[in-house]
Amino acid sequence: MWLADIGLLFRRVRTRVLLLVLAAVPIAVAVAVRLSGEGPSPGSGPRFFDQITNNGVFAALVGLTVTLPFFLPLAVAIVAGDAVAGEANLGTLRYLLSRPVGRTRLLVIKATTVTIFCFVATFAVAIAGLIAGSILFPIGDVTTLSGDTLSLAAGTLRIGLAAVLVALSLLGLAAIGMFISTLTDAPVGAMAGTVGVAVLSGVLNAVPALSWLQPFLLTHYWLSFGDVLRSPVYWNQILLNLLVQGVTVVVFAAAAWSRFTSKDVLA
Amino acid sequence: MSDLAIETTGLTKRLGHTAVVDQVDLAVPRGSVYGFLGPNGSGKTTTIRMLLGLIWPTAGSFRLLGETMPAASSRVLPQVGALVEGPAFYPWLTGRQNLRRIDAAGPDGQRKTRAARIDDALTKVGLAAAATKRYRAYSLGMKQRLGLAAALLRPRSLLVLDEPTNGMDPQGTREIRNLVRELASEGSTVFLSTHLLSEVEQLCTHLGIISVGKVVAQGSIEDLRGRGDAMLRVETEDAGNAAQVLDRLGLESIVVTGEVVSAQLDGQRPEECNRALVMAGVGVRSLTTDRRSLEDAFVALTGEGFDVAG
Repeated sequence: MWLADIGLLFRRVRTRVLLLVLAAVPIAVAVAVRLSGEGPSPGSGPRFFDQITNNGVFAALVGLTVTLPFFLPLAVAIVAGDAVAGEANLGTLRYLLSRPVGRTRLLVIKATTVTIFCFVATFAVAIAGLIAGSILFPIGDVTTLSGDTLSLAAGTLRIGLAAVLVALSLLGLAAIGMFISTLTDAPVGAMAGTVGVAVLSGVLNAVPALSWLQPFLLTHYWLSFGDVLRSPVYWNQILLNLLVQGVTVVVFAAAAWSRFTSKDVLA
Repeated sequence: MSDLAIETTGLTKRLGHTAVVDQVDLAVPRGSVYGFLGPNGSGKTTTIRMLLGLIWPTAGSFRLLGETMPAASSRVLPQVGALVEGPAFYPWLTGRQNLRRIDAAGPDGQRKTRAARIDDALTKVGLAAAATKRYRAYSLGMKQRLGLAAALLRPRSLLVLDEPTNGMDPQGTREIRNLVRELASEGSTVFLSTHLLSEVEQLCTHLGIISVGKVVAQGSIEDLRGRGDAMLRVETEDAGNAAQVLDRLGLESIVVTGEVVSAQLDGQRPEECNRALVMAGVGVRSLTTDRRSLEDAFVALTGEGFDVAG
């Protein structure tokens, strides 16, 4: 059932399109930089952007930086919002439950699948960036934000760590999406609601007057993954991010469980 | 081992203030083909949803295959094949992939026999040729067949089939009926919810009639057909006298139409009626009795024909 559920997701055309679009982002960025001839001036564009021409591996980090505010949350919202509501909408939920698959078990299976999707989506961006970057630009030792250099292998490892942190950053949103998904039989509604949460968090995070609220926002520490490119790694913000995500996951997983296990399945 | 495959006691489901299912006591004997008959909106599907653990009863309790539910769900439900409110599958998977998914879900995996069981089920419902087609491309009848195949993936002690011939052409309908008969002859209990009397008359050994959430009659087909009286029909030139004689015997609803007198027998034997008529000097040209059809019984019991219950 675990594997079957994962297979179900990745066999779906929609999922593949999502992953392709995500992978296309760092590729498009790398190609655009290459075609523009001269590299971007230092300090311009998104973080790590000015480094691409020196070292192709930075395309992966640029990819993560550009997709994290919108594309990745959108993809996660679609998959998480669909998790339960999609089955309800198709009517397959009633057959799974009468098979019987225990409701708690089904929720855990769905959560696992959504978690795996968060990682696959993030790594699709990172790996596509690495490949495109290393084809289009020279690669070599990685200069950290602090100025010293890491070997290519160590640098790539840091980029992998960054991708893991980005994937973990998405779990809070995924949990919210799954909770909303248990509230409705309309997957589109659940997806839209989840995107709404991400957008709202982003907006609130941009309002200076709300600085007291911002440390508690889901998206506030999202870009902390860049701190792995310091030496030594600057863990403070990263850990705060993991804390926020962890608390969100626990709260909304509990809410989703309590809702789903007591729900009348009428779809 | 209980001799009832389904047994409900005071099963009730309220949605808001209305009782969609109201104090339902079902008794479905093992080995029977039980027709669960009712107009649209009478609570059939809601009852089935409760039996399968999809919704929680507001009150009452039920047992499936002799075990208290929903406590024994994980033991009992694998022995129950169900088709509820039409088939439902993933459009982007093929028929076979869909069956694999539903079979792999849940306890009691039996992975080794899966491929063979899936092929068997597909063959039984006549879908073997379309097994590798995506569900998206199936016609309504094929979808219904795949739903039945899913219900037949394992040996089932009980099959709960909700309107199984919905959307089927006449040929398909006949195949499904034969399939149900075959399953019953192999010893499965079949709980068949339908609004089609013809389906009940052709298939069922037992019948429960539900109307506006309440079971208004239940029993073997023979019992239900017999219940409610047969009609007596007398043809005579002396209709007025005949009516008086029958009235004295205690027959009810006597109607005289020209030279025909009809009345409800109400427990009287036709032989007695004939004797009394002849003794009273009535010249009887013909005397017949008419058993009520199942349809008459149904309409009399639900009182509303096939209209959607408000």
